[in-house]
Amino acid sequence: MWDYSEKVMDHYRNPRNVGTLEDADLIGEAGSLACGDSLKLFIKLDGDRVIDAKFQTFGCGSAVAASSILTEMIIGKTLDEVKTITNKDIANELGGLPAQKMHCSVMGREALEDALKKYYGENSEEWKELELEIHSHDHPGNKIVCTCFNVSENQIWEAIKVNGLTTVEEVTNYTKAGGACGRCKGIIKDIIETYLKKNKNEEKIELTPTQKILKIGKVIEQQISPQLQKDGGDIELVDIEGNIVKVKLIGVCSGCKNASMTLKNFVEAELKEKIDNKIIVEQV
Amino acid sequence: MIYLDNNATTKIDNIVLEEMMPFLTNEYANASSMYEFARKPSNALKTARAQVQDFLGAKDEKEIFFTSCGSESANMAIKGVVNCNKEKRHLITTKIEHPCVLNVYKEFEQQGYEIDYIGVNSEGELLIDELKEKLRKETALVSIMWANNETGVINPVEEIADIIKTRSPETKFFVDGVQAGGKIKINAKDTLIDMIGISGHKLHAPKGIGALYVKSGTRITPLINGGHQERGLRAGTENVPYIVGLGKACELASDALDFELKEVKRLRDKLEQGILKNVFNARLNSNSLNRVPNTTNIGFQYVEGELILLHLSDLGICASSGSACTSGSLEPSHVLRAMGVPFTALHGSIRFSLSRFTTEKEIDFVIENLPKIMDKLTKLSPYQKELELLKNK
Repeated sequence: MWDYSEKVMDHYRNPRNVGTLEDADLIGEAGSLACGDSLKLFIKLDGDRVIDAKFQTFGCGSAVAASSILTEMIIGKTLDEVKTITNKDIANELGGLPAQKMHCSVMGREALEDALKKYYGENSEEWKELELEIHSHDHPGNKIVCTCFNVSENQIWEAIKVNGLTTVEEVTNYTKAGGACGRCKGIIKDIIETYLKKNKNEEKIELTPTQKILKIGKVIEQQISPQLQKDGGDIELVDIEGNIVKVKLIGVCSGCKNASMTLKNFVEAELKEKIDNKIIVEQV
Repeated sequence: MIYLDNNATTKIDNIVLEEMMPFLTNEYANASSMYEFARKPSNALKTARAQVQDFLGAKDEKEIFFTSCGSESANMAIKGVVNCNKEKRHLITTKIEHPCVLNVYKEFEQQGYEIDYIGVNSEGELLIDELKEKLRKETALVSIMWANNETGVINPVEEIADIIKTRSPETKFFVDGVQAGGKIKINAKDTLIDMIGISGHKLHAPKGIGALYVKSGTRITPLINGGHQERGLRAGTENVPYIVGLGKACELASDALDFELKEVKRLRDKLEQGILKNVFNARLNSNSLNRVPNTTNIGFQYVEGELILLHLSDLGICASSGSACTSGSLEPSHVLRAMGVPFTALHGSIRFSLSRFTTEKEIDFVIENLPKIMDKLTKLSPYQKELELLKNK
């Protein structure tokens, strides 16, 4: 028995916008009959605004609900707005989906992407730019990882990235990959590890000076300060010069004889790990 | 509510419950105790064992062992035989067994045992020639279900027992009888079957009780070690109220067998024909003549099974599906796949399983409403062209 939200139940009982659009400007498809669910999405534009959308779905209750709500979500929006909709947005709009049903929201997102790709043309500048924007140039490739459900590296990468997945089981819930014979589970694990490694490095390398300043502030405020507050102290960010972060310890910390240790072993270590290895913390 | 999922579980017969009640309340003595207070539970245990013996057609009451469920019976039989025959490294079963058999076999496979899985034809009937081919002297055990839970197809296990014992007399034969009990006549003493497992909750006893028939002279090791209960083969204080329930349920099932074979079958056939006639995308997954009287499995092409179940449920109709989505496993039923059910129908397969409590009115309601549901759901399908072709056929 699935724990479906009221909204999911409402949408599979009374699906909105079922059918086809004869004069659709965009048509997107995802899934297949053999795999157990598939979706066809029809979109009508006025300029760059979606004025109508219809769908046909072969699938379970949550697949129908995800397709149905997706049509509601895109009607009235511009293509620029539509292209930012993620599978997470679809699931959230439904009031959540059971973990093992998240792949239904992913199917919605994939149909949307397929529609955009066909609309712009696979080789068009618009699509390439959009793909770059969506996938931020970090995707491994279109090689099929799961042959049972025909899931590519890109799709797995995307699901990991958008939903913050960390285990093979989660990837299976979101993309179905690994859900049948299970032979690709090792590859999925490698993709997760590659992503996590890459993601960690990129975050450290890619920050602009402003981003770095903002991030240092955020880490101090959200992660370091609450820890010190637990001990009755606190920390205040005074200034940042290059990699030198100047702080002031307050409360009980200010008079603590372990203050310099706290600074080196906790504050500086934390900032080094989360932002940049070169950071040095100084007390003012 | 219309309950057509009796292969999943059944309601407890009121007569069974009544029989159990004293042992859930006042008569709580341990059946093995030596005082007068234990006499009633002790006698009740004997009666129940005789009832199950009678139900299975066993020669001796000593051949009946009470367990906690069908899965335990299967585990006890399979592991019990394999542990007693460690020099034999070959095992046989079928592709359509219940997980309680398949997963035990998988475990032995991982331990290095050689396993052969016998296939079925498109009607779900066992390919007995394959069995003949694979069977050899080193085969420790063959496990074959009497009736399949999804299709209801009956395997000719009596005949298979003869084949096994003629070709390899030392090979043991376990029959998972969980779906056959109460639906066909079982007469263990007239067969060469070594072990038969049954489960209480499939025949109107409560969940949590099962039994294993072990033919005299068949050596197995216990699954649960401990006290002397069940002649040392299954330790644990006897679950008297549930054993009493199983005994009574077996007696009632024996009495109701004729009704099952005539009346339940009539309603099943009516449901089956009604659906096939009124729903254009319906396809009978097994038309085997050799099916238990209560089961039908119908594939609704180009519509997904969970969605059908959810809409049936909205009308109070309970059935089950071989679709991937209902199990959470992503893969559709291993039984329907072994039969080679086309994937147009595979994901939309629904099993209806009746009981002696199913009424004609209920069947009529389903026959009347299913076409309406399917009318709505086929409209959702992206395969309109294919559906159109089916309609015009």
